Amino acid sequence: MGTLTRVNGPLVEVAGLPGLAMFELVGLGPVRLPGEVVEIRGDRATVQAYEYTGGLRAGDPATAYGRPLSAGLGPHLLGGVFDGLLRPLSGADVWLTGARTPSGGREWRFTPLVTAGDPVDLETPLGEVETAGAPSYLVLAPAAGRVGAIRPAGPVGPGEPVGRVGGRDVTLLRRWPVRRPMPYRERLEEVVPLTTGQRVVDLLLPVSRGGTVAVPGGFGTGKTVLLQQIAKWCDADVVVYVGCGERGNEMAEVVAALAELADPRTGGRLADRTVVIANTSNMPMMAREASIYTGVTVAEHFRSMGHDAVVIADSTSRWAEARREFASRSGAMPAEEGYPADLASALAAFYERAGRVTTLGGRTGSVTVIGAVSPPGGDMTEPVTAHTQRFVRCLWTLDRDLAYARHYPAVSWSASFARDAEAIAGWHAREGRPGWGERRARVASLLAEADRLALLAELVGAAALPARERVALLAGRLLREGVLQQSALSPADAFCDAERTIALTDAVLGVIGRCEELAARGVPAGRIEQSDFSPVLRAKDDAPDPETVRARAEGVPGAP
Amino acid sequence: MRPDLEYTDIAALHGPLIVVRRTSGVGWDEFARIRSATGEERHGLVLEVHEDIALVQVLEGTAAMTTGGTRVTFTGGPLRIPVGDGWLGRVCDGRGEPRDGGPPVFGTTTAAVSGSPLNPTRRLPPADPVLTGVSAIDALTTLVRGQKIAIFSSAGLPHLELAAQIGAQANAGGEPFSVVFAAMGLTHADAATVRDALEERSAAGELALLLNLADDPVIERVLTPRLALTIAEHLAFTGGRHVLVVMADMLGYCEALREVSVARGEIPARRAYPGYLYSDLASLYERCGRVRGMPGSVTVVPVLTMPARDMTHPVPDLTGYITEGQIVLSPDVPVRPPVDALSSLSRMMRAGVTPAHLDLAAQCLAALARARQARELAELVGETALGDTDRRHLDFERAFLDHVVAQRADECRTLAETVDRVWRALAVLPRRELTMIAGDVLDARHREAV
Repeated sequence: MGTLTRVNGPLVEVAGLPGLAMFELVGLGPVRLPGEVVEIRGDRATVQAYEYTGGLRAGDPATAYGRPLSAGLGPHLLGGVFDGLLRPLSGADVWLTGARTPSGGREWRFTPLVTAGDPVDLETPLGEVETAGAPSYLVLAPAAGRVGAIRPAGPVGPGEPVGRVGGRDVTLLRRWPVRRPMPYRERLEEVVPLTTGQRVVDLLLPVSRGGTVAVPGGFGTGKTVLLQQIAKWCDADVVVYVGCGERGNEMAEVVAALAELADPRTGGRLADRTVVIANTSNMPMMAREASIYTGVTVAEHFRSMGHDAVVIADSTSRWAEARREFASRSGAMPAEEGYPADLASALAAFYERAGRVTTLGGRTGSVTVIGAVSPPGGDMTEPVTAHTQRFVRCLWTLDRDLAYARHYPAVSWSASFARDAEAIAGWHAREGRPGWGERRARVASLLAEADRLALLAELVGAAALPARERVALLAGRLLREGVLQQSALSPADAFCDAERTIALTDAVLGVIGRCEELAARGVPAGRIEQSDFSPVLRAKDDAPDPETVRARAEGVPGAP
Repeated sequence: MRPDLEYTDIAALHGPLIVVRRTSGVGWDEFARIRSATGEERHGLVLEVHEDIALVQVLEGTAAMTTGGTRVTFTGGPLRIPVGDGWLGRVCDGRGEPRDGGPPVFGTTTAAVSGSPLNPTRRLPPADPVLTGVSAIDALTTLVRGQKIAIFSSAGLPHLELAAQIGAQANAGGEPFSVVFAAMGLTHADAATVRDALEERSAAGELALLLNLADDPVIERVLTPRLALTIAEHLAFTGGRHVLVVMADMLGYCEALREVSVARGEIPARRAYPGYLYSDLASLYERCGRVRGMPGSVTVVPVLTMPARDMTHPVPDLTGYITEGQIVLSPDVPVRPPVDALSSLSRMMRAGVTPAHLDLAAQCLAALARARQARELAELVGETALGDTDRRHLDFERAFLDHVVAQRADECRTLAETVDRVWRALAVLPRRELTMIAGDVLDARHREAV
């Protein structure tokens, strides 16, 4: 047993533990607060503590566990709420302290998929576990070998083995060191979109399964609402929602909402396909640093079963700040704005854990990573925002002016990018939706033209513009209000599928085309502008299906 | 035993810090008592322990302290204070010592001032309003029980009067209610204003007032909001009250934090504030909330002045990232209190008002936004060149400021009166412009002024 020699907030130095490994788990003090070795010098090791260290003394005992910080993965994850180290919060005390009583666990219903004596490969499913949610939960072979024993169909208690492969017991609980990416056979080149149900994303800035997205936005730009909408409605099999250093009340709201909402694809509860990792801003800071890795590890675990998983991390800036604070305490030389020099490489390595792959067991699965970024003072040139953009496939920049104008989701079409958009257009064409790329291009060019003219109109007044340009301004407004705006509170519109997105967009584009024709025929712009566009603008909220949407657009604009 | 041990080997005095050598068994974040050579007692918190060396921040500062003759004792653990109803009706300093000539505050039990994080799965989302009796707030940025919402202001504006008015008038519709007011770095004149405004509440035994004044020890401010929140949590979750915690001015708090950080030689982040400012502020603001299975609620209202009206300054910026909305005061608003409705927002409002009220607020904001556009246009082309609808919106803005926002500091309005005043302001707009309000509500309430 070693001893503590130094305590400085979450930075703790230990001595007398020979043979410690980097990232090894260490128990600190009499109640064994968890910590992780981050530096070793001679017989001293620096440990980052994952709990409040108040009261820890120089001379207190330290224990080495002989294994790295790892997450306990199992069927209990679905529908649960956990802290940054993946310890369940649901049964924990009201006021969290460092010491946790481990919960006993429950029984699960197991159905074998192999029989004793079968030869199995690495990650061959040995059996299936019944969970409340839709995603099938597979127990995979931890190694190739022969099945020594397999449990018959029926309940399995916590810790009980479900089988034996190559002489090793297999239980429902699997431990994985969170900082090490889980292996897979190969990355897949093919691009398949993830439908988020948010029009501005699916139409203009689509993300692929296994893709990466950064969502920078200052406070009040609706970042959390957008991410929560995606957590609720995207068509993934499993969603891992990581609240990393954010508001407790919002976590409470999202957990309550997920428990109430029905999964449109399965009819079950949305909560049952969701794993919530809650490390609110007042919980111990260094667990925030770990929670990002814990979240992506959970997603990789479900990917290995052949599922499409999405990790939503709100916010990666708090993760970076936790690293900065620790680096500062340990006396590391600061790089940009005090962040440690490995900020960029750590960000890159984190986002690289996303991907659509063939698993070791030959299934296809994906991990998509969506990371919020909270730029201080809305400054998009600050290090976390600037570096993150280099490593992601998709950027959804939230715009303060749009948010002030109550245009939600406040995703800027001009300051964002989607590098897989062309490949996704190709996928839509193969799926029998031709013209997807052309539609996107037309919407993007109309919006860009309207933005350019709006700047001009601020100088000279809209009335001074020729009719064609005034219609172009009108087109921008119709697209913004009729297509891009989407209320998270609207029962009909909180989620919008691909067909309805296409119908709404085509309806508005049709109206714009007719306005352009009228202007070309010499109808004064003022009269076109005075038409009643409300049927087509309201369609997103009160026209539930594509047919109704199309009917709404007929006769708009009315005969001038 | 150990708490009585006195350590006298002082290696260094530096800014608010003191380095004590040859200690043993001192814990991190432990509370310390320091007796200077002259016999004066001061207090401190352990910032770091390294083998036998303890680094202590002295709440009262190190002025006139010497390395010889200074004696330090450690209390054996992080600071705990007595909690309970004993705080109500009292005025104390930033460390909780009586300022009103009364005896020290006693409680039936004690609680750690650093608090413990509330398990997120045991949180109840905020719901039901805290009515402030201030129309601009109750109409458009309703406070919700368990919420945290900041008041952003700048020098010279009456934010303290507003905060004191909220403290004096706020209620939970007849349910038990208390206010804990933590003043940090306030001038004597400001503190007197606050005390006057809150006198009745104090006399009614509904107020705990913690005053750290501008000439009080700076580092003590690091402790003041933590005391306030610890007192509030007990009043709420054990005492079953709805508690409003007002913390003014957070800039003073953050400056104290920065002073300690700089003295320690920490690597500075934005504007030399420490890199952990976000986490530190969150450890205060996040102590608001409601708890499943427990009565009461804690609602937190931090007040801060933005240096040079700069909202991107780290203190308002990080506060904005943590709080659930803000009430912004602006010198451009010509009435008192100068609440800038368009910049203000209560993220939790939906949980505290009726759907009809929500529509009414949305309509007012939309009309105010339109009025702002019209005003910008009028500055270019003149008001006479505006269309009729734009002019009516300008009229609405004036009516809204006069009837709704303008309010005396001692005037408490019921929610019904506030809503009546909003409708009176909306009377200047034609019905066709009120698209966000349901037709039957308009039939009942909208009387268009001719």
